[in-house]
Amino acid sequence: MTVLVDFKNVNLRHGAQHVLDDVNINIVAGEIVTIVGPNGSGKSSLLRALIGALTPASGRIERAEGLRIGYVPQKLHIDPTLPMTVRRFLSMPRKITDKVATEALIQAGVPDLASRQMSTLSGGQFQRVLLARALLHKPQLLLLDEATQGLDQPGSAAFYRHIEKVRDELDCAVLMISHELHVVMSASDRVICLNGHVCCEGKPDVVASAPEYRALFGSGTRGALALYRHDHDHAHGDGCNHDHSHEAAE
Amino acid sequence: MLDSFLARAALAGLGVALAAAPLGCFVVWRRMAYFGDATAHASILGVALALSFNMSVFTGVLVVALIMATTVSTLSGRGYAMDTLLGVMAHSAIAFGLVAVSFLEGVRIDLMAYLFGDILAVGRTDLAVIWGGALLVIALVGWRWQKLLTATVSPDLAYANGIDPKREQLVLTIALAVVVAVAIKVVGVLLIAALLVIPAAAARPLSQTPERMAAIAAVIGALSALGGLHLAYTFDTPAGPTMVCVAAVMFALSSVVSLVRG
Repeated sequence: MTVLVDFKNVNLRHGAQHVLDDVNINIVAGEIVTIVGPNGSGKSSLLRALIGALTPASGRIERAEGLRIGYVPQKLHIDPTLPMTVRRFLSMPRKITDKVATEALIQAGVPDLASRQMSTLSGGQFQRVLLARALLHKPQLLLLDEATQGLDQPGSAAFYRHIEKVRDELDCAVLMISHELHVVMSASDRVICLNGHVCCEGKPDVVASAPEYRALFGSGTRGALALYRHDHDHAHGDGCNHDHSHEAAE
Repeated sequence: MLDSFLARAALAGLGVALAAAPLGCFVVWRRMAYFGDATAHASILGVALALSFNMSVFTGVLVVALIMATTVSTLSGRGYAMDTLLGVMAHSAIAFGLVAVSFLEGVRIDLMAYLFGDILAVGRTDLAVIWGGALLVIALVGWRWQKLLTATVSPDLAYANGIDPKREQLVLTIALAVVVAVAIKVVGVLLIAALLVIPAAAARPLSQTPERMAAIAAVIGALSALGGLHLAYTFDTPAGPTMVCVAAVMFALSSVVSLVRG
């Protein structure tokens, strides 16, 4: 198994404030890892340190050589003074052909947006375009920072189904942050529970029953996990949009 | 052709307008409009230094503008907001500049010429400096265009693509300092920022992509320079301000177009 990213005793400070303390994690090729944790637990900072936007106060972040990263930020504000079509956005910073762009938009489920201005897109369309752009150059590691924020339940469920499909096609690792515990726990190979330090990590069911996790999230989400697992027993048609969120969202 | 002062003036205006256009777009996109002002105001100190140390005005202004630009870039995000820093730097620099000018003995400089520019007095050497600087800036911005654009849209997206947004910011700041230094003779300190911001702002409603906006801004800038010069010659008005007036009228027209279009 190839290790793509290795955090070695990473400490991150924001002024005097400790954001991350002695974090040791690694991501191997092809796995889906989810980071959960309360607000202010350093989840986004961890991703931003990974892309190089934040420098650790101590410790090292080792990336595989020539690692291709696809990054979907939490939210992106494009200033209205900057004219930017979806097509142009996809060609940034590397030019792509029209054929590749069309294909990417079809894959992302937004085939008709090419000539639209980025600033006029809805939340869901915007996230899909961001994802399409992140996938263009076949990343080995896809980073999603609460990528489904602002999407409704069916929208985010579809988004995660798409992520799983993408992982299977590209065989890329996925590191994501999410608050939607019931969805995430079922779709991940590994869960990292973060609260300034790594509280616990492991397979979803292991983490969900860990006392550290329950101290942070309560036992309600465990029920949600159980409910969601039950989902796997029956197949949904593609056109079927119902989910079990009303039961799961306790 | 270069023998005619009008031809030299036209070429000088054209050079500045073409370099200012793409740069002005970044100034607008990154909400740095005040940055141009501040760099320009600081250049009065550059004029004073140049005269005291017997350097060319271009060199003096370039040095001060570069120092000012890098200082602000470095200090920003360390407890002061950008506009506060720019306010402190710009007004201190212009105050020190004016005081320094008063110490210059035996030199009576025409401060008005630096505040408002004197495009009709552009000589062959000035022309070479202006076009040299303009081509340098155009080449620099063209070379780094994709990186500058990515860093402008989102520093985090830039990092994820292996681009260092701080380096791109520095490139932009240096280009801005160069444009201010070469433009001081043409439109003067007070109106340089106008030539950066107004054509870009006028181009916005007419553009679908960043490249279009830069190209249209260049056309509007060039028309403002040539049209302004023509009007200034016909009506015997000051050239620099007349050029800015023409640009402002084009901004008004493009705003009307965007209003009518809805």
